[in-house]
Amino acid sequence: MKNFTKAITFFLAIIAPLIIVTVALRAPKADHSKLESLREKLSAGHKPGVDHSKMEILQQEFKTPHEMTAACLTCHTERGEELLHSAHFKWEREEFIPGRGVTYLGKKNLLNNYCTGVQSNEGSCMKCHAGYGWNDKTFDFENPYNIDCIVCHDNTGTYKKASGAAGYPEMGPDGPDFKKILGSMGKPKSENCGNCHFGGGGGNNVKHGDLEIALLTAGRDVDVHMGVDGAHMNCVDCHTAENHEMKGRYYGVSSTNTQRLLCEDCHTEAPHQKSILNEHSVKVACQTCHIPIYAKVNPTKMYWDWSTATRKKDGKGYEETDSSGNVTYASIKGDFLWGKMIKPEYAWFNGTADHHLLTDKVDTTQAFLKINTLNGEYRDRNSKIIPVKVHRGKQPYDTENLTIIQAKLWDREKGKGALWLDLEWEKAIEEGMAYVDMPYSGKHDFIATEMYMPVNHMVSPASQAVTCKECHTRTDGRLASLTDFYMPGRDRNRFIDISGQLLLVLSFVGIFAHSMLRYMSAKKRKTAQTH
Amino acid sequence: MNKQKKVYVYQGFERFWHWNQALLIFLLAFTGFEIHSSYEFFGFETAVDIHNKAAWGFIILIVFAIFWHFTTGEWKQYIPTTKNLRAQAEFYLFGIFKNAPHPTKKTLISKLNPLQRLVYLGLKILVIPVMVFSGLLFMFYRYPQGDQIAAINIDNLEIIALVHTAGAFVLLSFVAVHLYLITTGHTITSNLKAMITGWEELEDEDEDNGNTTNSEEKEVKS
Repeated sequence: MKNFTKAITFFLAIIAPLIIVTVALRAPKADHSKLESLREKLSAGHKPGVDHSKMEILQQEFKTPHEMTAACLTCHTERGEELLHSAHFKWEREEFIPGRGVTYLGKKNLLNNYCTGVQSNEGSCMKCHAGYGWNDKTFDFENPYNIDCIVCHDNTGTYKKASGAAGYPEMGPDGPDFKKILGSMGKPKSENCGNCHFGGGGGNNVKHGDLEIALLTAGRDVDVHMGVDGAHMNCVDCHTAENHEMKGRYYGVSSTNTQRLLCEDCHTEAPHQKSILNEHSVKVACQTCHIPIYAKVNPTKMYWDWSTATRKKDGKGYEETDSSGNVTYASIKGDFLWGKMIKPEYAWFNGTADHHLLTDKVDTTQAFLKINTLNGEYRDRNSKIIPVKVHRGKQPYDTENLTIIQAKLWDREKGKGALWLDLEWEKAIEEGMAYVDMPYSGKHDFIATEMYMPVNHMVSPASQAVTCKECHTRTDGRLASLTDFYMPGRDRNRFIDISGQLLLVLSFVGIFAHSMLRYMSAKKRKTAQTH
Repeated sequence: MNKQKKVYVYQGFERFWHWNQALLIFLLAFTGFEIHSSYEFFGFETAVDIHNKAAWGFIILIVFAIFWHFTTGEWKQYIPTTKNLRAQAEFYLFGIFKNAPHPTKKTLISKLNPLQRLVYLGLKILVIPVMVFSGLLFMFYRYPQGDQIAAINIDNLEIIALVHTAGAFVLLSFVAVHLYLITTGHTITSNLKAMITGWEELEDEDEDNGNTTNSEEKEVKS
């Protein structure tokens, strides 16, 4: 009995302190109050304070879209001026880039790794411009009547800009029903944003991979914010705007760490119950763990090789498609590779980026040309690891002048040098380079290119977040390519590991040898004694 | 042979401390090497959880142990001595096979032989502090981050991690050898029993300074 009591006491002595410590060290509850109040606000929904169908000025038959904008501006008197300074209208921003100084860059003049650039192709590209008539360099950026209010504020979902019409919709009986549209003007819906942002690169989900039409109907498992069975949020619930300046940056065209939209804005910097996870957020962006895969529903373009464009069959351009209907080759564009359910690649990012400008020299000694560069490294105090869609491809460049080429891709008619119509590189390059005032030597080749696009959407439910072991693992972890820091579970020092193992082996060998000697000598003594 | 007498060698707290320390070192090593990706058992997240909690347990235990050592004067047990050091080493290397007597007599005021004194002191003032300190740095390591006092940032976790790993190997091999050497008491289990019950049969302390006596005996023998 005494022994039993002793055993119990002893057991308690060992276990009790551990239990006390475990309980004492339980992480404090995370603060979700901010998120809760947001949820309340969101579920209440937006109720417009104005019924535009009651506005007399909107009841007339408009002849041109400019007149509609003028009608809007009679009440919204200052909004025109705001729009004239917005990125959605200017397609450029005034930004400071170290080494370049103050730059004026944007979709207006930058290259991308898909359809390359808008210059000389405005007539087609401007279908996605929040304006009317940006056909070429003569477009008037100072005229507020060139603004297209409807494309963002139409709440009927029926407004459409015409193809190849420099941003104009069709007017008249074949065009949209403007009386109905103007009567329902309001806060932008996800459909409005999606009209352009889902279709970048020439089709649904082609460009971003995490922005596509499925977001309008998919569930929480695709996008925990927009999911119809979840919070069912709109784009503008996060991408709020002040004076038409939207929050949120896309670093294919942006360069500075300003006006960014961060998860932390709503979720705070310490949203996890476990402090060790909150600690991660110092160097790891939320997206890194919470967007384990993108392009969850429809495929996105991962590779675009312009060098194979212009091939003909029977003197004509053609297309090839794979078994699921994706175009894998088009004479007008070259070869494509598509991807679905893609694991992002990862990069350090401090919120600033640089871009390869048309005037920059191409370094042919590099394995590939970076269309844009996301700045950051482990030691940079403002850098975090972010998930990135890396889009690879091949683009034409001038082998003599060593500059990347802006080719003319589109025109309204054949014979004007447009690649997509004439399937002729030389003429397309000459026309395009002349348009951007860049010399062309007459010799071109193709160079491998990469473009880095931070993945921010298609956030998965917490239960599907990336697990510890997907990064903290010796080989093939998600962060295997980021080698500028030590990560437990992934990294080790071979010398220390081998020395340590050797020390252990030596200890065991010593123990074994010693115990064998003891055993044998004891046996010997025993035999000697019995004799 | 001298007369044997039952002596209460290890006090309650001493045993409590010893066994908790043993358990915690085992837990820390087992989860630590899982975090090191040497194998998978609990899963990384759970392993980190257990490791961090056990680490705090260990630190609390150490604080109590330090208090106990100083208030009871037991710290004196670890004062290193060269006296009998050679004889003790020779005993483990040769004498033990010839059934030679232990060169150091275990008494209440001198429980440890000179080799034990050295090794345990090394653990107490070098290995364990290094492990605790590097472990705390691991926990409170501040990544290069913005808006904070730059002076207390450590830019590289690597050195901390490597020291911690190296220390873990040293501790593990200590545990292995320790587990073996406790079988070299009067009988194979006498040391273990003593650490569990507190009581051990020791040679009667009628004469003072058993150490000298024994070593003298040994010299005479050789």
